[in-house]
Amino acid sequence: MTANQTTTTPTPSRPAPPITRVLAHGLYEARNTLRNGEQLLVSLILPLLVLVGLHRVHAATDIVPDINTIAPGVLALAVMASAFTGQGIATGFERQYGVLAYLATTPLGPVGLILGKALAVLCVVLIQVLVLGGAALGLGWTPDPLGLIWLLVAVVLGAAAFTALGLLIAGTVRAEATLALTNIAWVLMGAGGGAVLPLNHEGTGALLLALPSAALGETMRTATTQGSLALVPLLILAGWALAGVLAARRWFRWT
Amino acid sequence: MPSSAACLRLAGVRYAVGSARSAQGVTEILSGVDITANRGEVTVIIGPNGAGKTTTLGIAQGLLKPSAGTVQLLGQTPYRAGADLRARVGVMLQDSGLPQSVKPRTLLRHISSLHQNPWPLDDLIERLDLSGFLQTNIRRLSGGQKQRIAMAAALIGNPELVFLDEPSAGLDPQSRQLVFELINYLRTQGIGIVLTTHLLEEAQSLADSVFILKDGVVVRSGTVEELTGSTAETNGTLPTETRPLTFASPRIITREELATAPLPVELASGSNGAGARWNVTGIAGPEDFAKLSQWWSQIDLMPAEVSFEARTLEDVFWEVSVP
Repeated sequence: MTANQTTTTPTPSRPAPPITRVLAHGLYEARNTLRNGEQLLVSLILPLLVLVGLHRVHAATDIVPDINTIAPGVLALAVMASAFTGQGIATGFERQYGVLAYLATTPLGPVGLILGKALAVLCVVLIQVLVLGGAALGLGWTPDPLGLIWLLVAVVLGAAAFTALGLLIAGTVRAEATLALTNIAWVLMGAGGGAVLPLNHEGTGALLLALPSAALGETMRTATTQGSLALVPLLILAGWALAGVLAARRWFRWT
Repeated sequence: MPSSAACLRLAGVRYAVGSARSAQGVTEILSGVDITANRGEVTVIIGPNGAGKTTTLGIAQGLLKPSAGTVQLLGQTPYRAGADLRARVGVMLQDSGLPQSVKPRTLLRHISSLHQNPWPLDDLIERLDLSGFLQTNIRRLSGGQKQRIAMAAALIGNPELVFLDEPSAGLDPQSRQLVFELINYLRTQGIGIVLTTHLLEEAQSLADSVFILKDGVVVRSGTVEELTGSTAETNGTLPTETRPLTFASPRIITREELATAPLPVELASGSNGAGARWNVTGIAGPEDFAKLSQWWSQIDLMPAEVSFEARTLEDVFWEVSVP
């Protein structure tokens, strides 16, 4: 082609089919996450250290429960790391750098962008479940086989709830504040929010069971230890997911 | 010839931020903007900082919802438009909008995969000379390299209309030349180009039509020739608007001389730049020139050089920008 040609664009610009766009963006984001050293540390290495560390402590003292209680809790912690902390921080900085605004102008659009991010979270969570679950099995974890189905339900719903909450923070405050808030919340919810270790179901401590971290931890523990679905925690988690999506839809700012 | 059908129309567009209930109240950023851009033409929006250029582009691109007025982008309303319209439009944002921890080739391939008939990546790499830094993380690139990647990202979808917000900001002369050549190429392909710039020389050389924004309204618009009045020059007549004149004085003109024989009042006095070079604005015709000649006679000055300067877009810009 030469600069002197005066033809109009020969083929009209067309978007790729919606499924192709969402799949492409989900895989693009998942690859970027897995290539990011800091993300990998939060998503895989830290939960793995928690799993092995608590298992070792359990061998020395009964204060810490056994691997059958710890393993689903650590999986809950890992889901929170990818969906909430990882996605929140990444989205916060993308918003600050104008990446969200740019992507919103492409055929991906805002809806495709969110679906792609959700797909990326599920891809990373799948890898977390395989790696951490494999490590837990090696340490003696014996999950109820039927309960693994409920575990997957909890993982998907938990990923949806924490992604919505992470995006809510990323879309309303500055990137630096998102970084601080999501990390602090992750540590607090992991340490004392019922994700890794079960909460007391009696007294004022039972109020903490309404936290999304506790709801996720309870659902996953019940699934793998009893092979059943913990309906109340699941409903609490669904409530957080719905509230997160509605709030993000209301207050999320792209720029 | 490229088609000249309108690809963008903004009519009476207003945009306000804030709330009447808040302490700051409502601030109107745009107060009724009318802009039309055609296919196969370069439409340039210029204006001082805070004039509303980027907000205008944001509304035209569908990123912002106007408070009032109508926007038609390729015949559709852009706010919350579907993928079909977004695929036909390329956008380069002012702050580039590039992810920092991704390599340019990865990003461009990804954006390309969102389209059915993208611009061949190798061709864009060649036109914008990107090959030297395609495998370097974007955060490590210079500002000019990021600008070229952002331009490639705007074009990779093979758009019918492209928005370029400050496309030459931070570019070295060679890169700027590449960008200019590409913009001219896009024009020959019938693609509509809407760009903002602070470089008025660039605007003058590229623009088919210019819109000057000030305080959220278009204060002047037209072709460069229409705005500068230089069409009159081509048919041998003096322009109706005043033109700047420069004369070189062989000696310093003293304050005493100016006090006893001031510049003719009809002429706006200029500045004594380097001590011997004078700019005079306000020459509207032969009578004004004669008055200036009489003044030279009064102070016994024979200019070493006299020249009319063609009015530029910069002159027009200053006329409308200075309060």
